[in-house]
Amino acid sequence: MKVWVIATRELGSFFDSLMAYIMLVAFLGFSGFFTWLTGADVFFIRQANLQVFFGIAYWTLFFFIPALTMRLLAEENRTGTIEMLLTKPISDWQVVIGKFLSVMLLILIALALTLPYYITVANLGPIDHGATITGYLGLILMSAAYVSIGLFASSISNNQIVAFLLALLISIFFHIIFEVLSYSFTGSIGSILSYLSLSGHFDSISRGVIDSKDVIYFISIAFMGLVSTEAVITRRNAV
Amino acid sequence: MDIVVDKFTRRYGAQRAVDNITFTVKTGEVLGFLGPNGAGKTTTMKAITTFLAPSSGDIMVGPYSVRENPDEVRRLTGYLPETNPLYPEMPVIDYLKFVARIYGIPDKKIPEKIYEMIEVCGLGAEKHKKIGELSKGYKQRVGLAQALIHDPSVLILDEPTSGLDPNQIVEIRELIKRIGREKTVILSSHILAEVEATCDRILIINKGKIVADGSANELRKRAQGKEVLHACIEDADPDQVFAALRELSSIEVVDFLKGKQNYYEIQSRANQSSRRDVFRLCCEKNWFLTEITPLETKLEDVFRELTMN
Repeated sequence: MKVWVIATRELGSFFDSLMAYIMLVAFLGFSGFFTWLTGADVFFIRQANLQVFFGIAYWTLFFFIPALTMRLLAEENRTGTIEMLLTKPISDWQVVIGKFLSVMLLILIALALTLPYYITVANLGPIDHGATITGYLGLILMSAAYVSIGLFASSISNNQIVAFLLALLISIFFHIIFEVLSYSFTGSIGSILSYLSLSGHFDSISRGVIDSKDVIYFISIAFMGLVSTEAVITRRNAV
Repeated sequence: MDIVVDKFTRRYGAQRAVDNITFTVKTGEVLGFLGPNGAGKTTTMKAITTFLAPSSGDIMVGPYSVRENPDEVRRLTGYLPETNPLYPEMPVIDYLKFVARIYGIPDKKIPEKIYEMIEVCGLGAEKHKKIGELSKGYKQRVGLAQALIHDPSVLILDEPTSGLDPNQIVEIRELIKRIGREKTVILSSHILAEVEATCDRILIINKGKIVADGSANELRKRAQGKEVLHACIEDADPDQVFAALRELSSIEVVDFLKGKQNYYEIQSRANQSSRRDVFRLCCEKNWFLTEITPLETKLEDVFRELTMN
């Protein structure tokens, strides 16, 4: 219940500050442009599926999520509202989860607004419904991982720009660097790096294969991020 | 609801910001927390409100310990932090609604509570504005409103009148006094006159330790010790008066008051008053005693004496 109070306040402030509108317009604009109008778009590949959209969203969310999470705790740290919040009858965990949920809700809204793509493509040809649903699931899982990383970056700074850049820096390892590095290594190091890389897990989910290994991968990154965030908030009492 | 601070210590690294302090505040008491910057006032307040945990010792608010039941303590406590942090992008009413929901006030009662707070804190004219658009005084009122909205038994105010104009200061003081009758209030301030005007009891801390505890009058008496008088004696030769005053057994030191003719500064011996003796002397000698004023030690002097090394 209190988690919900925090989440709705944050969501409200995304809309009050225009951040939400900018994010929605930019997300739909980018993904719509590349899905329908140019490059390897739906008409070019001549297949009735949303793989193109998932590929675009994979990158746009990667850039947008740090922009959404950067303010969450850094601003509270800077203005001191965190003190006001944490002296209310609410636990550190409720604050962390509430903030996490607020961004997830905004991303769900953004993804829900792309449902017309789904409907359009479904009318163009025989679409693989299963693969589309798991594709959305993959985007949601990936978002959860990056939101928690962004939240952690925001918790350790009181500067939004620092939080943004730090979140990008951590995320880009999962997004691409681990994968690139894994090509250069063989044996166990190579396979560890390849397991750490997010793209492999995302690809297999968005192709329609729900493997518990992939789901556990995303959930454990999200969990690690949230645990670290909570630890940072509680750190004020480490003596 | 009593606040019991028991051997509370808070360290930042190796430095002890607050060092083993113990005091109790009773229900219906307004405690003024005084001390120079960095004395540990804010740290103590943050610990009572459970933002910072004690390094050692404990703090009890009513039956609850900040270590064991921080959630219960938070429910009972209203807190206005020193910097009065608020969300500038939120309208006043939305903000109060948010705070009320966090305190778990049932949704049905929230509008009534918000209305009450707007009345009590005098926010009527500004209630639809965003917090960021308010003047500092009105922001302070919003800060007070969020601290009071759940009707707390304990109120912790860190410099509640900073940044307010004199009229607002008087209003807020009245408000605190009114609240203080049934609640337990701790407030900190740099303004000694304010503490004297609003508080039943004063606690002075310096370098993390309590250096004085008592009402304003008690503190003054303790610091004063000896009575000091300013007397004006006319129709007499100053040297004669000076000599005669020195003869009096109750007087320890006599001095001419600089820059003023016929004025004398008289310091009595410890625990004695020389006012009667001075009067009798003047009657005897037929001198004209036009003024006799006991000098009060100001709270400022007490404060300086206790906190300067």
